[in-house]
This record gives sequence, structure tokens and C-alpha cells, in this order.
Amino acid sequence: MAKTVVLQRKPLSLSERTYLPQIVTGLKTTFSNMFKEKVTLQYPEEKPSIPKNFRGVPTLVKDPNGREKCVSCQLCEFVCPPKAIRITPGSVPEDEEDREHVEKAPQEFEINMLRCIYCGYCQEVCPEEAIFLQDEYSTSGYSREEMINNKAKLYELGGTLPDQHYKWDKKKIAEEEGNAH
Amino acid sequence: MSTNGKSSMVTINLDGNDVEVPAGINLVEAAGIHGTEVPHYCYHPQLSVAGNCRMCLVEMGTPMRDRATGEAVLDENGVQKIGWIPKPIIGCGTNVSPGMHIKTKSPMVTDSREGIMEFLLVNHPLDCPICDQAGECRLQEFATDYGRGYSRYVERKNVKPKRTKLGPRVTLDDERCILCSRCIRFCQEVVDDDVLGFVDRGSFSTLTCFPGKELSNNYSLNTVDLCPVGALTSTDFRFKMRVWFLKESPSVCTESSAGSNILVSSREGEIHRITPRRNDSVNDSWMTDSGRELYKQVKSDNRLLSASVSGNSLNLSEAISSAIDLLKGKNVGIVGSCRSSVEEQYLLNKLSKNLKAKKFLRGHFGDDDGILLSADRSPNLRGNLVTGFSNKYPSDVLPELAQALEKKQIDALIVVGEELSESGVDLDDVNIPVIFLGTHQNKTSELSTVVIPTLTSFEKSGSFINRNFRLQSFKQSVPGPAGLLPDLHIIVSLINGLSEDADQSSDLASIWKQMSKSTTNPLHGIVYSKIPGDGIQLDGAKWDSLPFVEKKALHFSPLKQTQSA
Repeated sequence: MAKTVVLQRKPLSLSERTYLPQIVTGLKTTFSNMFKEKVTLQYPEEKPSIPKNFRGVPTLVKDPNGREKCVSCQLCEFVCPPKAIRITPGSVPEDEEDREHVEKAPQEFEINMLRCIYCGYCQEVCPEEAIFLQDEYSTSGYSREEMINNKAKLYELGGTLPDQHYKWDKKKIAEEEGNAH
Repeated sequence: MSTNGKSSMVTINLDGNDVEVPAGINLVEAAGIHGTEVPHYCYHPQLSVAGNCRMCLVEMGTPMRDRATGEAVLDENGVQKIGWIPKPIIGCGTNVSPGMHIKTKSPMVTDSREGIMEFLLVNHPLDCPICDQAGECRLQEFATDYGRGYSRYVERKNVKPKRTKLGPRVTLDDERCILCSRCIRFCQEVVDDDVLGFVDRGSFSTLTCFPGKELSNNYSLNTVDLCPVGALTSTDFRFKMRVWFLKESPSVCTESSAGSNILVSSREGEIHRITPRRNDSVNDSWMTDSGRELYKQVKSDNRLLSASVSGNSLNLSEAISSAIDLLKGKNVGIVGSCRSSVEEQYLLNKLSKNLKAKKFLRGHFGDDDGILLSADRSPNLRGNLVTGFSNKYPSDVLPELAQALEKKQIDALIVVGEELSESGVDLDDVNIPVIFLGTHQNKTSELSTVVIPTLTSFEKSGSFINRNFRLQSFKQSVPGPAGLLPDLHIIVSLINGLSEDADQSSDLASIWKQMSKSTTNPLHGIVYSKIPGDGIQLDGAKWDSLPFVEKKALHFSPLKQTQSA
């Protein structure tokens, strides 16, 4: 067993006994920070800017023409590790303008935010680029049911993202102009 | 040396290895037997060979012989030379011959497959995210396995009709069609209803119905299964569920005594579709459209979901004990069912023996279509004969029951699933307590004192005996509604509750142990868990003299006696 050594404390000097140098050093730090740029945010009134590759709440987006992009292929439902996504597939009526080439769209699309782990697999797997994890990070609710985002909510959160594909427009042109028979 | 076995096998050389294959089969099958996949679209083992997709191209050579003398041509090592055909040949249209050499992995074959895949994908819409075939699509599979992996096509693709209704149950997406003609050959060869054909030429070729005709026969949905791509889709299943979520479990169709083998596809306890399961001695790879709709009965509105006694809902055990109280010491009549499983019929017979009950049995009959919808519209009429519940052929009416009711010979009745008003019994005459065991509401269940809900064949396990006396087992595919028990448990509780010394188990293995004990019974020696997926052929010669109603059909020919009867 190690032997306990009792150390003798040095007696305090005069300046140490007055505490003045310490107070001055402390105030110097305080005053220097008063004139620096502010780093605190008045959350929740003020919100931080979110980096572009941030993975927030998964949302559904529409194309620049305001059309639903999701075709309910259910790949996100399949890939979702915590099984947070639940899709009820549906078909698009034949006479619907602008969408007659797509045929399929979700009837209902639910993401359970109590299950979601924000992994971003759904965004990665989506062949239609319809689901994105955007900058929304704060979700709260009073009940479990409230924490399930339905289709309307997902589109409200998602909005429109620029889309370079114009898939349906291309299909429409192909049908109208077509190859000579 | 068995001459028979020897002559039916030939030796071919597959990718450098000598293998034995049955004589007369084609190269796709021969390679398949030895685990080498030769990709193919148009070839189907149960249809004629069309040879139009060109996907199964392989290299072939035969041992060389001198043309003039017929002598074998040898190389420097003294081994017979192989004369390779300079171009690839189709595997589906070439049969094996002794000494034949095949290459399925050579550069020429790989090149051919890449070329064919590229041509097939030229006008393919790449609809995979919305295509119901995705996940079980041969085009997807072979594009991954044998395709080039990138596209060189920059021109505009052809546009074809997207949602053509070919018939009441089949929707066609022409853009996805690869013109394999399987559906056309199926309609011509199996159903003998020639309604489909190609119109236009080249890349504009389009599958269509002949003018004024539609694909409305009762086998139309088989074309959807046959279609290697997503061109033909089932209107019922269209856009309902992706196939990779579906759990497939083998079962047997209950529509008629044909007993088609089926696969029940379900997700989280809900059945989404039924497809045929290949059994070359029963249904090949086909089944009826009407049989595919039977899954709808599971969630139908008139399904019985809770037990009741005199109209009051009770739990199952209370209902069973009040049924036992009602039956004690009575002259009981039992109306059995041709729709029950073999095990249920056996136990019902045992119950009737214990109670010395009168037995009644009703058949269900319709028109025979000569393929897979037989005139006997119950899956297990022969089970009643084999288990001894009945020894005569049932008719679709029950005059004996009407008589017994009139003469007051019985004072309690157990009905298994049957509708008495359809069997020639006036329901007003039924003034005795009725215990109804069944899955769905009907007029008989409404007047019954005790109603005990049971499970459909998708929710329980058991076996059926089909028109060929073929014993086929089915396993539970989805869980039954909450609180319900299989029919076996209910019959067993009645047996054990009604006689003091009875100790019947409701376990399938032990029931089969009892059933297979008798050496005179065709079920002798059968163990339930060992019944193979394609069934066991039983000896039904004992019942040859009965007037079976089935006509000649796919893999079934009636006996001579019954034809004349």
C-alpha cells in the first residue's frame, strides 16, 4: 500500500489575499465577449441555418409543375430499417390531365416519426426522387397519432424541389410526336 | 442393368462435363436439371415451343463423322472431333442427342444474350417503379444477370397503348410486351379459346384481341402468370401490393374436386392474391380465375366472427359447452360437409359413432369445363368416403333429413357449413335445436341455437382428396380472426365433452396416427407431416362403382363404369 504524503500548502501572498487580480482577469474575459459576435440563438424564435446535406424529417416533394412525384413503388417502405413508412398504393384515373402517363400514385402515405431514425435510406432508394429528408428537425405532438405524418402533411412539409427530369413531359411528347408508324 | 432406365437416358457434354439427362428433352431443361440456367422468355415447359425470343441461344456441337464413310473423325489424340455449329442455336427448340456438346457460357453465348437483352430493352418503357411485375420479372432478372448493364439507345422509344382492357380480369400494357407469345399459345393450346394475336410489324407489333372478341375465359388470369414481363396484369391485383412484401405459402384450391395446387400470397395476415403452384399430375401450372377470387371470402361481410347462443354473442368455450348441454342424451343428426378437410370428416364420423347419430351429407354440383373446374364443386367429397363418414355418393338434396325431421326421428342437429334451405329442407320444419359450425352466415346459421364460427381453408391446416383420389395437404397461410379456433378443436371439444371416456387429441399428427392405423383403409401408413408437396395418390378402387359426376379433364379421366352410368 502506498504511503500517504501530506503536502504543506504555501501561504497566500498579499495580492492573492485581496482577490483583486483575479476579479480583474475575470472581468476582462466578460467585457471582451460583450463586444464579440453573438453565438447564441434565441431558439425557438430564431433558428439556426441548416447545412445542405442535413437529414431532417422525411418529406414528399412535388415537381415544378405541382404534380405528385411519388408513384408508390414502395421501395422506401421496403428499405426502411425501423419500418416507419406505410404506403397504400392507388391508381391515377385515366382521364386525369398531366398525369395520364403515370397511372400509379399513393392513396395514403404515412411516416411514423416515432419510428423514423433519419437514416435517409428512403431518399437514397427513391427511383422517382420524390422523398427527401429536408431541414425540418423539430417535431412534437401531444399523442402518438399526431406523430404519424400522413400524405397531406408530408407534401405540406416537402413543397417543391427543382426537378431536371420532366419525366412526364417527355412521355407526353413521345406519345404525341411518336415514331412514324 | 435395367434396359428401360438405360435407354431413356443419354449422355451429353454440358460446358465440358459429361452429364446424363433423360432422352428427348430440350437443352433448356437438360441444362436446368444440372443447375445451369439457360435464360428464356418464350419457352414454357407446358406449352409448345415457339422459339421466338432467342434468349436461350447456346453453342452446340456433335461428334464429327466422315461424310463419305460414316467413320468417326479423330483428332491427334485419337479422340473424336466435335463439329461445332458456327452460329448459336436455340436451346428450347433443340433436343438432346447422345454425345451432343453444349456451351452455355462461351463468349459467343454471352454476346448473343447481351445483344438480345439490348434489343428487348430498346422499346421497353422502364416502368419498374409502377410495374406490378417488378420483383418477379424475367426481364429485370435477365437484364441484371445477362445484360450489358448500360444502354446505348438514345433515340425516342415507341409509344404503345398503356391500359388496354383485354377482358374483365386482364389489363394489358403493350409497351412492356416482349412478344414472347406465351399468352397466345396458352389460349390456343390449353383453353382452346383463340382470342389473342399480334398485329402490325417489327417494333410496332402489338398484342391484341381479335376484333369482337375478348379474353374472358375462366383461365384468362393464367396469361398474367405466364407473362414473363409486366405486360399482362391482373385487374384485381393491379397496383395493390408489391410482390416482395408477399409471403407465399402452398395450399390447395377449394373451388372444385380438381384440387388445383396454389400459392397463397399474403402480407401481415392479409391475403392479396392466389396463384397456381406447379403440379404436373394435377393442374400443370394453371388454375381457374374463379378459384383465385376465393380469398375474398376471408374478409367478406357475412363472415361469422363470434360465437352465439340463441342470438347472444358469447365466447367460444361458452358456446361449445352450451352445445354440449344441448346435445346430451338426444337423438342427434349430423349434416357433414364435402368442404371439410379429411381430418374434420374423420372426427365428425367419430362424433357420430359416439352419439349413434344419423349422418347426412350433401354434395355441391355444377357444370364441368373439362379442364380444372370439375362438376363436383367441393374439394373433398372423396374424403367422406375414405374416412367412412358416408358410403354412398351424396346428392345435392337431403330428402332423408327432411323425412327424419318430419318423423321426429332426431331431436338435435349439428350442421357443418351447409345451407339446409338449399338442400330441399323446409327451414320451417326445423323445430329442433341446431348447432351450426361454419365460416359464413346463411339462413341455417340464422335459425341455429348455437353458432360456432370456424376457419376457412386459408386459416387452418389439413388435407383434401381430389377427383383422382390424390391426397393433398394444405397448411395455414394466414392467422384466423381473433378468438376463433380451427374446426378440429371444436369437433374434438364436442367429442370429449359428450362422452366421458373420450380422450381425443386435436393434434393433426395424432389424428393421422389413428386414421392411418387400419390396413384396409387407403390412408394406411401415411404420416401427415410426410405428405409431399405434390400429394399422394390413394387407391380409390373400392369406390369405383359410385356415380362420380366428373367428366374427362386435365389429368383426369373418369372410370368406364361411371361413364356409362
